[in-house]
Order: sequence, then structure tokens, then C-alpha cells
Amino acid sequence: MAETTQAHGIGGLTFDSKKRHWPNEFNVFIALLIMIGIFEVLGQVVMGQSFLFDSAGRFDSIFNEARLTIIILQVSIIGIIAIGVTQVIISGGIDLSSGSVVGATAMIAMSFAQVATVNGNPNPTLALGPAFADLPLVAPVVVGLICGVIAGGINGFLIAYTRIPPFIATLGMMVTARGVSKWWTEGRPISFPTDPYKVIGGGLAPVFIFVGLAILFHLVLRYTVYGKHTYAIGSNEDAARMSGIKVEHHKVLVYTIAGILAAIAALVLSSKNLTAQAGMGVMYELDAIAMAVIGGVSLSGGRGSIIGTVLGALIFGVIISGFTFLRLDAYYQEMVKGAIIVAAVVLDQWRQRRAAMR
Amino acid sequence: MASDMRTDIAGSAAPRSDTPLGDVVLKTEGLTKHYGGVHALQDANFEIRRGEHVAIMGDNGAGKSTFVRQITAVEQRTRGRIWFNGQEVSFENPLEAREAGIETVFQTLALADDLNVPDNLFLGREKTKFNWLGPFRILDYRGMREATLAGLQKTAVKIPNISQSIRNMSGGQRQCVAIARTATFHSKLTIMDEPTAALGVQETAQVENIVRTLKEEGEPLILISHNMRQVMDLVDRIVVFRRGRIVANLRKEETDGQDVVAYITGAKTQPEYDTEPA
Repeated sequence: MAETTQAHGIGGLTFDSKKRHWPNEFNVFIALLIMIGIFEVLGQVVMGQSFLFDSAGRFDSIFNEARLTIIILQVSIIGIIAIGVTQVIISGGIDLSSGSVVGATAMIAMSFAQVATVNGNPNPTLALGPAFADLPLVAPVVVGLICGVIAGGINGFLIAYTRIPPFIATLGMMVTARGVSKWWTEGRPISFPTDPYKVIGGGLAPVFIFVGLAILFHLVLRYTVYGKHTYAIGSNEDAARMSGIKVEHHKVLVYTIAGILAAIAALVLSSKNLTAQAGMGVMYELDAIAMAVIGGVSLSGGRGSIIGTVLGALIFGVIISGFTFLRLDAYYQEMVKGAIIVAAVVLDQWRQRRAAMR
Repeated sequence: MASDMRTDIAGSAAPRSDTPLGDVVLKTEGLTKHYGGVHALQDANFEIRRGEHVAIMGDNGAGKSTFVRQITAVEQRTRGRIWFNGQEVSFENPLEAREAGIETVFQTLALADDLNVPDNLFLGREKTKFNWLGPFRILDYRGMREATLAGLQKTAVKIPNISQSIRNMSGGQRQCVAIARTATFHSKLTIMDEPTAALGVQETAQVENIVRTLKEEGEPLILISHNMRQVMDLVDRIVVFRRGRIVANLRKEETDGQDVVAYITGAKTQPEYDTEPA
């Protein structure tokens, strides 16, 4: 390497332009293309049709839009959670509670979004009595968001002020919130939402909400003080504190925002399914963490981006669609998903070690 | 507490504690820190004037870093008074000290590895736009970049690509970034705690160049160092700590390395500081 090192400046400071930073997102993007390529080849060989391109011979299109839409739609809801989880992990923490927060929020919000009568009969699943039926859309949305603020705020407060590890604090919230979602109606599902409520998760709305929030949080993490401090705390908490960043305040904010995003996911999910059930969102937190990790967000904090997480989510979508396309059982899907999560972390570690050796 | 003030350490008339401090930038009186029964710092009376560079020397555990931690409010003192910039001060936390104009390069550097040079320089006090957005106010990347370049120029630090994350930089470059942070904010007093302890020969030279630049610009500096050559090269005055007390206050031209070592090891104590029980 010595011959490529060029000396600059006084005191032997050196800089090699070849060692320039190559954005991690680019690697993830290549991984995404490779996944698509694999399914494309397998599709041509095994199924005799294209995975992503139009096979119907239409003139106005080269892509199979239906498949593209499904790839994004099926990861949109967990993707919304993953946005919140991404900023938590960048700050050096972890959030295991998001799946349960989705369950609890869906149950509570949905009970403010029910119609009073179904086909002339009283709504059989009415959770809170007729006084809370036929409320305007704003009621369930506000109630849902408040649920997210409370759950996330408690997480953040515990982590920042009692100094317990984020893993434990959010594990507690995971169990507690799941308990709340079961207790709320003693396990009965809540159905028959009002028409306006159906819009939140209807059609392509989840995709738009996911993409909109992804763009918003990309900008927030990249261009605001909030984002900069999130990276700083994850990178070196002591340095952040010595620099005068109010680390405790900031952590409460980070976890509260993660809670709000989980709540938004809950609104979209319950609207899309037209029902809320106590078991909603089980394991979502792990899928969301996996999306972030595959997208290059470092579990040791300080590194990662929303773009990476969105690409990680798309890799998830491609795997799910690809296996469905190849008519393979879901078991294989999970096996491959697990292997990819581990591979992503191994690659990240390897990259980090290589960078440290430079 | 010693009421007969031995503050004549800058070689001029001692100002009374209730009179204006003139060109004295920092002054401590009876500064004391006890950790339980351990008297880490005992009645330190210290002064530094505008444009002056002062070295603090002493063995490990002599109270040097403890002294700095009291001034910068990383810890809260047991007792004693501190004047800074003409006013008696009582900083609650390091940020208050920093905002008042005391910039410290800690031994641990306090850098965030994953951020680049401007981000680290402005950590905790970013230049921003749209401040009504609260925590979501927008970063003024351009302004910070320009100020960073100006700060680096001032210290003659050359870092070819300031958009690189600190992680991939050498020890010397990191040290320079930490020091450039002090130069960027027009500090009224710079404190460096063993800035070259972990550096190679060339990197040490680079840091010493920065110190000389600060001297030329008339910025006062407190330098904690074990390196006798460096101290003799760079500062005007040497204050020696031993077992939590100041034992000597030496003008550079009136002393030499052997003399300083004698004070550090306890072979000598200046008579006016000889208060330790035998």
C-alpha cells in the first residue's frame, strides 16, 4: 500500500484519495440487484417467465408493475416501523417493543373507528359502546398517535434516566404492550371501521405513507440538528455529552418518535385489514430490525441511513415475492431471510475491520 | 484557608480578589477537590494572563488533571473560587465553561468517530437555519464547512478531505481536529491535556506548530505535559504540582529542566509554597 500513499501537509499527515469512502448504501443496492437477478434467472429457467419484466408482451410497459407494486406494498407497513427503528439503532439503542406497540395501538385506535351499525344491525364487535361509534377520522388517528407517544416516551424515559439497557427497557414494553392489546377487549377482535378509516390503509396508501415518511426521515436525519445529534450519540455518547448535547432529552425524543412510527404502522395495518386483533404485529420488531441491519445500519450505533433501510426493506420484498413467484414454501423464505440477516452483519463487521486496518 | 494571597505568580503585583483583574484571564483561589478522604487538589492559587502560555507539570496523581476538571466543570470543586475573564464564575457543566470561552482538548479527545471534521468541530453548537423548528432546525452545512476551513487554516492543519469521517484518520489528524475545534471558536482560554502523549515525532511537531500559532495570535494556553523539551520550547511559565499542591511557579528563563525535575520529584519546594506538613 505504501506506493499509493501520497504525503500531504506538514507533520507527515497523509491522505490517499483511493481510500475515499464508498457509500455503504451502494453495496446494499448491488445486493438488491443481485437478488433480483437471481430470481430473474431462476424465473426464466424454472418457471419459463420473467420475474420483474413484463411477460405479457404489452407495448406500453417493460416492467411487471403488479409485481413491483406488491414487492413494495408488502413491506410498507413493517418498513414504516423500520424507519423508527433505524434512528433508534443509529442512536446506539434498540427497540424490541414496536411489534407489540403495533398490536396495542391497533386495538385501541380501532375501537374509536368503528361504525355503530352493520347492515342495519348493531356492530357486534363494538369495543367501547355506541357513544364511541361513528366518530370522525381524527379521533382514532389522534388516539393512535397518543398511544405511540406514551409507549415510546416510556421507553425513552426508562433508557435515558434509569440507565437500564435499551434491550431490557423495550423488552419490558414489548411484553406489557402485548398484554394491553389482549386486555383491551379480552382478546376479542375489533372490526367494521368507518369508511374514512378504511382509506388510511386502502389500495396503495401504505406505499405512499411509507415512501413519504422515508423521505421525511431521510431529510430529518441528514439535514437537521436532531439527526446530527442522533448519529453523534450513537457514535460516542461521552463525546456527545462533553460537547453539550442533552443526551437524555434526545434519547427520549428518539424513542418517542419510534413509538409514533409504530403507531402509524398500526393505523395503516388495522385499516388495511379492516380489523384489529390482539396478536397483530407479532415479530414485526424483528423484521424491522432485520431490514435496518440488511440496509447497513450498524448495531453498534453511529452508522446507517434511511436509504439503506428502504433498500433493506426492498430486499425483504424481493425475497418474499420471489419465493411466491417460484411457488416455493414459506419455510424456505424464512431460512433464506435468516441467512441474509447474518450475512449482512458479517459483511458489516468485515468492512469495519478492514476500515480500521487502513 | 490561606488568606495571605500568594497570587504573585505572573511576576507582577497581586490583584486583590475584590479588585478588577486587569489582564488576568483565569484566576483560582484556594481551589480544592477532595474525593472522599483523598485530597486530590489542595488550595491551588493560580493565574494566567492574556497571551500567556503556562505549562502544568507534575508526576502522575499530582493533581494536574484534577485541577483542569475543576476549572472546566467536568467535576464540581469541593471549595475555592474561580475568576474567568474578570468575573467570578461557577460553571454548572462543561458546556457552560465552553460557552464562556474555555476550550479544552481532553486526553480522550471527545470526538465522534462516525462524523466528519466539520460535524465534530461544531458538535453541540451547530450553525443552523430556521431555528423556530426547535430540535429539527436545519443544519447550515455550508457555513460550518467554511468556518472549519478557516479554523484549520488558522492552525495550519492540513486535512485534505474534511468530509471524511474521523474514524479513518490517524492519531495526529484526530488530535489536530480536536485542537482545531478550540481555534474555530475564538476561545478566550485553551487548555490542552497531554496533547502529544500518544503521537509520533512528526505528529507531535504538527501539534506544537499549532501551539506556536496560538501564541502568535496572543491566545492564552494551559498546557499539561510530561515532555520537558516541549514545555521548555513552548511556554512562558511552568507551574509544578506535587501531591495535590502547587509547589513551584517558575519563569522559563529563570529555570532549566533539572530544576523543574527537582520540584516535580520533591527535592525542592519554593519557600512561599512550603506549607506542607513535614
